[in-house]
Amino acid sequence: MSVYLDHAATTPIFDVAIDAMEVALRKVGNPSSLHTEGRSTRKDVEDAREVIAKALGCLPSEVIFTGSGTEADNAAIKGLFWKSGKKLIVISAIEHHAVLDPARWLVEHEDAELIEIPVNKSGVIDLTFLKDLISNRGGEIALIAVMHSNNETGVIQPVGEVVKIAGDIPVHTDAVQSFTKVPLSYKELGVTSMALSGHKVGGPHGIGALILRRAYEIPALLHGGGQEREIRSGTLNTPSIVAFAAAVASKKYAAEKVADLRKKFETGLKTSAPDAYINGVDADRLPGIVNVTFPGTQSDSLLLLMDSENVSCSTGAACSAGVHRPSHVLLAMGHTEITAQSSLRFSLGADSTQADVDFALSVLPTVIARGRAANQK
Amino acid sequence: MKIIAAMSGGVDSAVAAARAVEAGHEVIGVHLALASNPQKYRSGARGCCTIEDSHDARRAADKIGIPFYIWDMAEEFHDGVVENFLAEYAAGRTPNPCLRCNEKIKFAAVLDRAKAMGFDGVVTGHYARTEIGPMGKTLHRAVDPLKDQSYVLAVLTTDQINGAIFPLGDTEKVDIRIEAEARGLAVAQKPDSHDICFVPSGDNAGWLRDRLGSEVGPIVDQSGTKIGEHKGAYTYTIGQRKGLGLTVPTADGSPRFVLKIEPVTNTVVVGAREELAVSKLMGEKTIWCGPSVGSAPLRGFVQVRAHGTPLDCTYYFDGERLIAELDKPLLGIANGQAMVIYDGDRVVGSATICESA
Repeated sequence: MSVYLDHAATTPIFDVAIDAMEVALRKVGNPSSLHTEGRSTRKDVEDAREVIAKALGCLPSEVIFTGSGTEADNAAIKGLFWKSGKKLIVISAIEHHAVLDPARWLVEHEDAELIEIPVNKSGVIDLTFLKDLISNRGGEIALIAVMHSNNETGVIQPVGEVVKIAGDIPVHTDAVQSFTKVPLSYKELGVTSMALSGHKVGGPHGIGALILRRAYEIPALLHGGGQEREIRSGTLNTPSIVAFAAAVASKKYAAEKVADLRKKFETGLKTSAPDAYINGVDADRLPGIVNVTFPGTQSDSLLLLMDSENVSCSTGAACSAGVHRPSHVLLAMGHTEITAQSSLRFSLGADSTQADVDFALSVLPTVIARGRAANQK
Repeated sequence: MKIIAAMSGGVDSAVAAARAVEAGHEVIGVHLALASNPQKYRSGARGCCTIEDSHDARRAADKIGIPFYIWDMAEEFHDGVVENFLAEYAAGRTPNPCLRCNEKIKFAAVLDRAKAMGFDGVVTGHYARTEIGPMGKTLHRAVDPLKDQSYVLAVLTTDQINGAIFPLGDTEKVDIRIEAEARGLAVAQKPDSHDICFVPSGDNAGWLRDRLGSEVGPIVDQSGTKIGEHKGAYTYTIGQRKGLGLTVPTADGSPRFVLKIEPVTNTVVVGAREELAVSKLMGEKTIWCGPSVGSAPLRGFVQVRAHGTPLDCTYYFDGERLIAELDKPLLGIANGQAMVIYDGDRVVGSATICESA
């Protein structure tokens, strides 16, 4: 038996998305062309845009297709920064590297100042800190970025509150992990911009979307044909766009079922690994993500051993060399480097089953025992 | 057996892993990340710890069809090898970091971790052989004398040798490259790594100066008369003749050589070539790669450099030190070098030279 519990990294593409993609791949026509074929693919793209807009509670004109969630985050962080003419960037301490790294890049290359909003032990941002910061230096802030839910712990952030506190300051949210998993309305949330990704929701890789308030112009990262409202140039990736929309339209992800499985997994952990603890256990979390610390182990050993038992999970963040480094998310939550490196992320998806959970739990005791022995060497 | 293949990203470890798979072992490839900041070491992509090397190792594992992981051993490597290298130089000795790495990392940290995780051993691309006989599993020279790496493995205890697999010892390097080509391994023609992997520039003296400072001190002759100045005593090697910058010539115009480095007084002592000659080596921190040796003198060979000549000698262990009495005097021995004893092609053991006469 082989068990895939790394759906937060990427989840299997839905059949409806493959079908939609295949049809689109067999069709000719650049959506920007004016002839019959061009108009036909343009229609496919615009239908897809409306599907995503409807699912998200935004206007179709607010959906800007990008090559990835990372691109959407970069376009928002850099674009909002440049537009503002201000120098202070405020982000949460637990942002994904797709937000963290462009912010740091702006510090290095564009003279920006970066302030991180701390999180509490449960991994939720400190709103009081943000309030104080805004009352002291609100006029200097170019943008605020707080992710909708964290990719490592699944902890959901009070983005609606952030928007209220922020007033006129633009707010960006990376909603890559939340989209289709928990209720998410762009309009109700009131953020300026939002980042989405196709392959986290049953769509293909290489497609994402930046949701940006209508008529809100930001400097572009990619210049060229101006296809996506002059904010993103490049021939539209019609097959991936229609497949992304097909996955979203399918509403295949049954959040309650997934949450139920996750809870069973968490209950099972108490027997399989009695001294293990769940990070962000007290917080409101996504249905499918559970981040567990196994004291006295090293997560890269655990991952190898789980992999040998045909269970795929994740250690969280990895650097370009593939070397495991302590997660900045767990460190921000008060972990030491050692306990941060003793943690694994298990993430369930639309197709996960009770058998998957049972199997993972059944191999854990041996894996932990060996991992612990290896750590004592 | 279930084994870990340590894969550096070079051709040797790739072929070793492939051979282990063919021998019927269940093999998992592991690349050891030894540099705490791999970016720093990227230039030139040599050594064994760059991002490009880990990529090459991954592609070799893909080709062989084995799982592949990266183990972060940067801290162990820094503490056990780099710090030791610096401390030895600071103390006026000449260490070999490859031996330290085998002793502390590849066949200690890695092997111990592998065993704890349920593996039986570690396979590497070292050129050496093992044999199983009345003495148990013993360590031997590789058939390719130019590539033989038994010297840098002579720090392994019998336990470590029992957990080590060296599939390349029976083959010449040139044939390993041909085999890699035939196996479709992209690293078949990748150049050998030479210098010390954590000194990617190859400028050991400069690297040491950056870390240990370059305090000027006297160069003296054997009578103690100052005849020049140096920039950091530890950047000199015993037997060195060039680059001393001496201003006072000898009476007969004969060249002078570095005889001794005294870190405490930051002094370099020079003298005539004959003064470099030694015929007795004494070593501490003895490690036996097979049965231990007693005080009864035995005949064999001693080698003092990685690719040095094996020298005829009589050797014994006096209870504290490993002693080798050379048949013919040897020039330019530095404390800190490893002396490795061979019985024919079998590695008997090793020690760190602490005195010579």
